[in-house]
Order: sequence, then structure tokens, then C-alpha cells
Amino acid sequence: MSKTVAEKILLEHSDLKEISPGQFVECDIDLIMVHEQLGGRIHKEYEKLGIDYVWDPNKIFFILDHWVPAPTISAAQMHQDCRAFAEKYNFIHNIGMDKGICHQVLPEMGFSRPGMLIVGSDSHTTTYGAFNCLSTGIGATDVSVVFATGKLWFKVPESYKINFVGELNKGVMSKDIILKIIGDITTKGAIYKSLEFHGIDSLSIDGRMTISNMVVEAGAKFGVFLSDNKLESWIQKRSKEEYNIIHPDKEAIYEKTLEYNLSEIIPMVAKPSSPGNADEIENVEGIEIDQAFLGSCTNGRIEDLRIAAKILKGKSINPKTRFIITPASKEVYITAMKEGLLDIFINAGAVVTHSTCGACIGGHMGVLGEGEVCISSTNRNFVGRMGAASSQVYLASPATVTASAIYGKITDPREVL
Amino acid sequence: MDEINGFAYILGDDINTDDIVPSHTLTMRDPHEMAKCTLEFIDSQFVKEINKGNIIVAGENFGTGSSREEAVNVFKILGIKAIIAKSFARIYFRNLINVGIPGITLNKWNEKTFSKGDKLEISLDKGVIFNKTKNVKVEFAKIPEFLTKILNEGGIINQLKKKLSK
Repeated sequence: MSKTVAEKILLEHSDLKEISPGQFVECDIDLIMVHEQLGGRIHKEYEKLGIDYVWDPNKIFFILDHWVPAPTISAAQMHQDCRAFAEKYNFIHNIGMDKGICHQVLPEMGFSRPGMLIVGSDSHTTTYGAFNCLSTGIGATDVSVVFATGKLWFKVPESYKINFVGELNKGVMSKDIILKIIGDITTKGAIYKSLEFHGIDSLSIDGRMTISNMVVEAGAKFGVFLSDNKLESWIQKRSKEEYNIIHPDKEAIYEKTLEYNLSEIIPMVAKPSSPGNADEIENVEGIEIDQAFLGSCTNGRIEDLRIAAKILKGKSINPKTRFIITPASKEVYITAMKEGLLDIFINAGAVVTHSTCGACIGGHMGVLGEGEVCISSTNRNFVGRMGAASSQVYLASPATVTASAIYGKITDPREVL
Repeated sequence: MDEINGFAYILGDDINTDDIVPSHTLTMRDPHEMAKCTLEFIDSQFVKEINKGNIIVAGENFGTGSSREEAVNVFKILGIKAIIAKSFARIYFRNLINVGIPGITLNKWNEKTFSKGDKLEISLDKGVIFNKTKNVKVEFAKIPEFLTKILNEGGIINQLKKKLSK
């Protein structure tokens, strides 16, 4: 039977000869990513199993990123529990707290490669789909099951084919594409589905990661891109391991097919308090902001920082507005430093922080007060997501966030580029 | 796990994981302390009014957002026996089953079907919810056997523990 990318990868990781959507299958996991959740519920659940080993300490990627460096005593204790667990079970890839955000660092280190099946203790684990692999988020008990057995049950998902044609215009970014898609199909429009992206040539690897990162905001299980030369040369620079490119069959069955002409996409903003509450920039232009935030696993990559610097060069941010910039990883931070981007940011009045998930989750490094308004390059604008319950978050591209920081109000980046 | 009896507590559409457990609670060391903050930003009465044995009846896309299983565990701590929703977010549904709380998908319901405080009797085997207060019976798509096995073991950790000890 003809198959989608998701069906092929799940089949290859099962011991079955044939699978079809809706079926429950048990699959072998190639890699599992865990972060601070290890010191949350995971270590407690795992200890209930009463075993003194993990299935394969070489297939666990452990990193601290949400609350680094620890802003509170309780966060520090959580880190202590994480480290103790990693030590007890001899984790080999114990990445520490200085490298950056999981979904940026793991691919940078070459751990996400075509054909793999990856799970992680974070809903934005879908990000690795940009690398032609299947990846998705799971909860603490599922993590424990994988730690113990290396296997996990999946329901084989139906797939949506999303085909891109054309190229983005100046000032429009892949964030605008995914906000448009989520707005169109709604936050429940792809529950349990695998989104398969075709027509990807014009998109950078950074841009693809932004899209696969946010497919979960439409409810999707996977957001998988096809492979091309751009991806292969990226992988070859980062990893010496073998990889297995997966193409869908020509006759693969898709539950839906959507087509987007990228040249018709314009800057989009998701209004409070849902990522699906997307609107065109002209309908929100002029809304005053207290804070602009550029960073996170969605949009803290070098491409994002470069466009921010391009917009900000020679300008200053609005004196009433705070602009916080958090590079997604140490590698991104160092690159931005070498390219002189950090000078531009700091001279313009922005605050540049170390790499962390802090601001996005209302944890630290940019928490919002009562009634404050923030435009943010992150992925969620739920009630109280970045701070006080009465604060409001507008989601937008790095270009829109930066343009807005300059004027202190939501601004169309095409007007300043 | 077949018959579940309890009283309905009604919630709306798109109740997300940040609503259920705001991120400021996630570094709390004591899950019972975290449970006291359940839904605090959107329904400040919830923790005061909820009783052990309640059944949550919600709208579309329940549990959308993060993979944080705390968002299921707080309901377990508060004694919620089952969650009925028009649809569930994927990770949330898995977490519910894995922790041992039945997630029941009922595509359509309205105020004629359920209101706050209604006495409900759920039969997982038959796929029927009987609202004793309103004397209304509704059918739902039964939870697949693969998943009821996990529920009957009291969650996937218990199931795995048994397997490992064999």
C-alpha cells in the first residue's frame, strides 16, 4: 500500500509488515529528549518501576533549558533532582545548562536526522520534523516507558499534505506562514494528524524549524518536511552518522491537501489568547506594547537575529518599550556576537540574555506584569503564559517584533525594511 | 474500571495546559500545593467547588498546549474520576489514559445534556453516559480496548511494572 512519510517511518520502527491510519502500533524509539521535566514528574514516576537501569543511556538527550540559570530555590532543587537522575542512570548525552534551548541544540549537535523516530518531554518536540524525521512530545509516564523499554505505543495518524508554491516577499517570514496555517485550520484542525510539508525549496532550515515547531498549536502529532539538498548539506555538516531519507509514495493517501502560495502571505499576528487567533498585520497595527520579545525554540535562531539586526541597525527602540532578545542557543549567541549583531541590539537599547526558555513560559528573564502588553516571537499566547493573568501576548515574526520595538506599537516590518 | 459515578463540573472550549497548571506552579516540589492552583487564572472557584468524585464535562480541544503531565495529575489529586470533552488535544489524551483517568470523547453535547452538579453514571463498557438528574442517556464512541487495558491496570506505570516483574 502507498504510504505517507509518517506511515513509512512508523512502519520501519515497528515489527509489523503493514500498518494503516487508526491502528495502534508499538515502535522502537531512536532518541528521547528530556529537560527539566526529568526533575518534575519523570524521576518520581520512574522510581515506581523499581528498576536500576535505563534501556539505552546512549539514546537519551538530557538538557536543562527552561529555568537556567535557576531563578528560584525550587528551580535549583529541580535541577538537582535532574542531575542526580542523569548521574545515577549514566546518561551519556548530559548536555548541561549552558548550551541553550533543547529544540535548537539537539539539531545543532546532529541528533535529529532523516528517518528517525524521536520523542521528547516537551510539546514542541515536533520541531525536528524539519529534518525529515518523525518527532513528537510526550508526558512524564510515556517518558518513563521509553526509558525502561525503548518502545512506545502510537496510533498511526492520518496525514495532511501542505504544499507550498512561490516565495516569501521581503519582510515576511516562515512564522507568518505557520500563523496563517493555524489561523486557517484552527487550533483543533489537525488534532492527531501528521502534517507533511511539500514544496519546501525556498525555505531555509531555520524557517522550516519554525513551522514544524508550531504544528502542535494546530493539534498535530507530527510536522514533517520532505528532504532536499539544503537539508542534506546541513546534516552532513553536523553529523557523521548515517541517515535514511524518507519520501512519501506518489499514491500516498492524504486526508486533506492544502496549498499556500508563499508570495501571497503577508505579516500575521496571533492576538490574545490563542495561537489560532491570527489576523493580518493591518488589523492590529498601532496597538501599544510594553515589551517586545525575540527568542524561544520558535524564533531565536540566527536567521531571526539577523533580520532583527537589519531592521534595528542605526535605530533605537522606543524609550517606553522594553526589548528582550534571547538567542536560542550558545552557538547562535556566539555567531551573533561574531557578526556584530549583539552590538547593534545593545546599542539600540535591547537587553540580550543567555539562552533559555525563561520569558516564553513566564518563568524569568522578561515576565509580564498586570495588564502589560507584549509582542513576542514565541509560540503560545495563552492567558498568563508570559506572566500576570491580565497581561496580553501578541505572537508575530521576528521582523514584526523588532519593527514594533522601535515604534512602541505593533508595526508592519515591510514599512521599515 | 466500568461504572463511574459522579457529579458534573462544566468547563468550556480550548482549556489549555497553562490554564490548568500555570507555569509558575511547575517548579513547586509538592504536587498537592500545585493542585491548589488548578485553573486559578480562568476559574478561581474551581478548586473551592470541586469535590472528590466529580466528572469534568468540557468543550473542544481539552488540554491543548504543553506536554506537562502535571495538568492531568492535579485532577487526579483533586479526585476527578473522568473527563468528558468534545475533543482532546493529543498529548493530553495520552497523559490521561497513562495516568489512569478515562478521557471520553463526546462530539456533541449542550446544556440540555449536562449542567453543573448533574448526577452522572458512565459505563465505559457500554459506551453510555446516563444523566440521572436530567434522565438523559447519551452514547459515546467506546475507548479502544488497547487503551482500556491501560486504564484497568490503573495506568501505564502499573501496567509496565507488572510486565517487568514477570
